[in-house]
Amino acid sequence: MDAKVLMIIVGMAAVTYFPRMLPLVVLSKMEIPPIVLRWLGFVPVAVLSSLLAPELLVTGQRFDVSLSNHYLLASLPCFLVAYKTKNLFYTVFTGMACLVILTRLWG
Amino acid sequence: MGIFRVKRKDFQQGIKAAMPVVMGYLPIGMAFGVLAAQAGLAVGEVFLMSLIVYAGSSQFIAVGLLLAGASPWTIIAATFLVNSRHILMSASLAPYLKGNTAGTLSIISFGVTDETYGVAIGAAESYRRSPSFLWGLNTTSHFTWVISTTVGSAAGSIIANPEVLGLDFALPAMFIGLLVGQLKDGLSGIIAGLAALLAIMFKIFIPGNWYIILAALITATIGVVIETWMQRY
Repeated sequence: MDAKVLMIIVGMAAVTYFPRMLPLVVLSKMEIPPIVLRWLGFVPVAVLSSLLAPELLVTGQRFDVSLSNHYLLASLPCFLVAYKTKNLFYTVFTGMACLVILTRLWG
Repeated sequence: MGIFRVKRKDFQQGIKAAMPVVMGYLPIGMAFGVLAAQAGLAVGEVFLMSLIVYAGSSQFIAVGLLLAGASPWTIIAATFLVNSRHILMSASLAPYLKGNTAGTLSIISFGVTDETYGVAIGAAESYRRSPSFLWGLNTTSHFTWVISTTVGSAAGSIIANPEVLGLDFALPAMFIGLLVGQLKDGLSGIIAGLAALLAIMFKIFIPGNWYIILAALITATIGVVIETWMQRY
């Protein structure tokens, strides 16, 4: 195994692990102040939306609301199924099926 | 040691909950393996990276930077930048895992990815203080990532284009399901909308991968401010 690549991998592992480990280990030992708990309560919806929105609405470096944006189109039935069924599997299958239909038939 | 007192039922629930993650990781892991092989990484190197780094987007970026001839420090710094978003995820899991040993938590936290976090926080109320669900979820997801990337790198370019089955949309679709599950009231909807808006703006206008952590920090803070304001008036 190449020494430079090995060093890169080990370095990447270290800088990836500590941001994952420290908050959980430290915060779970503390009495977290109520305002911080409330703040943490908003983190999931904020993180998930921040992860998702650019995937659906940004192509390259551009805001993309067009009929050629297949991810955006496929997301619409996905949101509907997620809302109606609250089931992750149905949602994922709907998304995949819609994308196949869009790329095959829509072009 | 709490680690060895795994509750079988919770563990199995965790494996079951990992299935959407598995479906998403398989094609993306394969794609990563193929790309890494083309960039000159050996199968063993891909295996090791997926085993001990275990962070998809930063692995893609690292391979891209390697191809561009970047220095090790550049690659490691970029990795930290991209993965610093896990700070927020790890912190928000903490209230649900109080009472576990530092040893248990330091192993559980290794398995926090965007995808496992989304599933874990969605099910947080059900596994409160019992880590067995997370063992099941994390080991299944990690195993899938290691195997799919390694197989991808060994198979090289044999793997067909993942778009054929719509597999490249599996993870965005899963995040749609997870996000909808988090929308509990009007305020969470407002916060989701704000986060989306900011993330899109930051993604377009700020170089690098700061958009997730910036948008999430700002909107979670706005959430607390609005909530406080609503309680007062």
